[in-house]
Amino acid sequence: MNMITSARRIGLAFAAALSFTSLTAAPSHAAAKIQHLVTPGGIEAWFVQDATVPLIAMEYAFGGGAAQDPKDKSGTANMVASLMDEGAADLDSKTFHERLDRRAIELSYNAQRDYFRGSLRMLKDNRDEAFDLLRLSLTQPRFDSADVERIRAQILSGLRRETTNPSSIATRKFLELAFGDHPYSRPSNGSLAEVPGITIDDIKAYKARVIAKDTLKVAVVGDVDPATLSKLLDQTFGGLPAKASLPPVPEIVATKPPQKSFVTLDVPQTVITFGSPGIKRDDPNFMAAYIVTHILGGGTLSSRLYHEVREKRGLVYGVSGSLLWMAHSGIYIGNTATRADRATETIDTVTSEVKRMAEQGPTQQELDEAKSYLKGSQMLALDTSSKLAGALLQYQLDRLPIDYIEKRNAVVDAVTLDQAKAAAKKLWADGLLTVVVGRAPQAAAAPLVPAPKAN
Amino acid sequence: MTSSFRLAARSVAVVALLLAPVFAISGTHAQTVTSKPPTTFKLANGMQVVVIEDHRTPVVTQMIWYKVGSADETPGKSGLAHFLEHLMFKGTAKHPAGEFSQTVQRIGGNENAFTSTDYTGYYQRVTKDQLGKMMEFEADRMTGLVLKDENVLPERDVVLEEYNMRVANSPDARLSEQIMAALYLNHPYGRPIIGWHQEIEKLDREDALAFYKRFYAPNNATLIIAGDVDVEEIRPMVERTYGVVPAQPSIPERRMRPQEPTPAAPRAVTLSDPRVEQSSVRRYYLVPSATTAAAGESQALDVLGQLIGGGANSYLYRALVVDKQLAINAGASYQGTALDSAQFMISASPRPGVDFAEIEKTMDAVIADLATSPVPAADLERVKTQLVAEAIYAQDNQASLARWYGAALTTGLSVEDIRSWPDRIKAVTAEQVRAAAQAWLEKKRSVTGYLVKDTSAPKREEKRS
Repeated sequence: MNMITSARRIGLAFAAALSFTSLTAAPSHAAAKIQHLVTPGGIEAWFVQDATVPLIAMEYAFGGGAAQDPKDKSGTANMVASLMDEGAADLDSKTFHERLDRRAIELSYNAQRDYFRGSLRMLKDNRDEAFDLLRLSLTQPRFDSADVERIRAQILSGLRRETTNPSSIATRKFLELAFGDHPYSRPSNGSLAEVPGITIDDIKAYKARVIAKDTLKVAVVGDVDPATLSKLLDQTFGGLPAKASLPPVPEIVATKPPQKSFVTLDVPQTVITFGSPGIKRDDPNFMAAYIVTHILGGGTLSSRLYHEVREKRGLVYGVSGSLLWMAHSGIYIGNTATRADRATETIDTVTSEVKRMAEQGPTQQELDEAKSYLKGSQMLALDTSSKLAGALLQYQLDRLPIDYIEKRNAVVDAVTLDQAKAAAKKLWADGLLTVVVGRAPQAAAAPLVPAPKAN
Repeated sequence: MTSSFRLAARSVAVVALLLAPVFAISGTHAQTVTSKPPTTFKLANGMQVVVIEDHRTPVVTQMIWYKVGSADETPGKSGLAHFLEHLMFKGTAKHPAGEFSQTVQRIGGNENAFTSTDYTGYYQRVTKDQLGKMMEFEADRMTGLVLKDENVLPERDVVLEEYNMRVANSPDARLSEQIMAALYLNHPYGRPIIGWHQEIEKLDREDALAFYKRFYAPNNATLIIAGDVDVEEIRPMVERTYGVVPAQPSIPERRMRPQEPTPAAPRAVTLSDPRVEQSSVRRYYLVPSATTAAAGESQALDVLGQLIGGGANSYLYRALVVDKQLAINAGASYQGTALDSAQFMISASPRPGVDFAEIEKTMDAVIADLATSPVPAADLERVKTQLVAEAIYAQDNQASLARWYGAALTTGLSVEDIRSWPDRIKAVTAEQVRAAAQAWLEKKRSVTGYLVKDTSAPKREEKRS
């Protein structure tokens, strides 16, 4: 049976910030044994050796990502990511895929806002072949024109679909509203206007600029010993250029609320995206903001928004919001959806809950329960090799210490009620940026800012 | 078949439920995995219990699976199994509405539920010291549910919004509904799991309670515990909580549903919608499930699915997307986990300007080829390796394992069926693959669905200001 897990939270192209991790566990558990590996060739990796399952999972990232797309060529990083596994050196796309498939090696790339990421998973017996194919794809990708056009057609088809998808429209519009003409306003999969103009030279130039050793972060979990891994890492990444060439991305604070934007689309269900300026990961008040975000609408079945909007009024199926942090900014963003004639009531309810949180903050009990949740929940984020490798990479990207897992509980516990109240006020005192996509309601409750065409 | 989640489980990377590949040997490189088999036992009240140990992280997943799904609804009450799934969060006499979820939240756990054609499941993922508490709550709501209109009516609105999100807003999902309804002439699999809108609207408290009393009982449930647990330690907990819930002897051992006649004619449906920006064609064939198939047949269909549409080197993708460049994308899948029949699906999205007829000609040629000549040994080995490797990758995730076991056990398979799946994949011969293609991928067993842009509708409204 084909299970469709739908995204209650509308998928954003942002680096989905992997969570914080607490370790209440005894040190015998895998996550507690993180090694800091430095290879003879100078490649650094966070590494957990674990032989429970005979596989190896590696997650790694280069600085850059979609924020490094050339001006007027948004979607370049995404095209590079989609093409790096389409053949390398003397292996054309077909042969390359065959080599992967024959040993069930999973190799993929992914362009996020600030990072160009890759992941590799293999059964342990196939590790030499897997790392060798990765080396080839990192150092000598082919970018054959037939493959480039095939992938471009797929990306354009996806972009065309997005033009009538209310969730995609809402997300795109929200990013424009929040970030104006900053690179963060551009969707990482690009646009119908710009993707056709991306040339093979653009693709090669991006790859040459971004894929380099100096910004590389690596996390590995699995059944391999440190000496062997060291050798594999040197062979794989050692041949890359020493330094990336990344023009600086400016810092930006998202647009000050309140702002509203309405996009008309003839769909049965209206999609609402709301948010505000957020907080950067290295801000000392980050944890306080994270906690109040959880209390307001953190995606559990007990958050304030869930209770007020869904349970009490039956307005929506899902409603939640979260912090997203980037290298040069941070936002709070949430989503919900309801039928057109209940959109106004839904927006009003969300807005008044946000206002109440900004003005009064959480209660002591809510704060205590949220702390208890955050401390208890994070083991759940570390229970597979891939999830653990993903978390270890995220900590590095967030510049957290290697013993963060052990330190985190203390950081959570240290947040006071006053700090939580201050964080709520800072996030939401100005109100919300709101984007609504759907049929025009008969009577609008609030004046709406005219919106440009969605596509 | 789709299954509706109460809350979309954000991180459950699902994973077509290919029949549970678990604990395997890896392809050409013999690599025996000596993972401990799960422990199973049955309580005196008939509840089946499966314990899958994984001691890497101090986390445990509890999943309770009821052998009831949308295909067990009374005609006219479509959506009832799923509606009840939502209402199971409304509290009991002992634990009023919200207490269970608040407890899960306080301890940092997560929870959700899902409904399919054949089963309904509920789960919590928590740190291991909280398992006893979770069992107490879950056992309590097996028979103790209290429903009041003040909870039931807003929840029906929530379900209607879920319908809007999943179906009404998605032309693709609407086409799936039409294909399934056309594929099944007699069997209730033709009804959408979430229900038909006009029937969901009328479901009420009495409907839900009657359905609940009829199907929710220990002898109709399977409990899966996966994670950092020791069987000997948790068995007394299971006895103390679930063991005291009385059995419901009126629930029949086997579910009997109206079966499909032998398909006699190919059918086609076209869904047009102004929002379609990429046309597509999908064909569903009515085929045996892992439960109904003759020995080896379901595994041959697994292999066939992977050969035709699994990845960039699959036959259909190569033919349509790479060689002839007629399509943007192409794929195939077979999901064999079902109590009754299953579907084999092939699909493609044409490039702009390409006719469906051209696409279908290539689809037919790929299938005809598979039905007449045996596949090359190298290709057969490649896809078997991929399928078997999934079994090892699956061991990395206790929640996926729990899901695989649960889905299989509630659709008539055994633990042994699941464990031997990799070996049975490895045993598939080229001749079996050919025979499966010939026997089951026959046009008259199929419905072809076309998704096209409706250009007759008025142009998009002007934005208001």
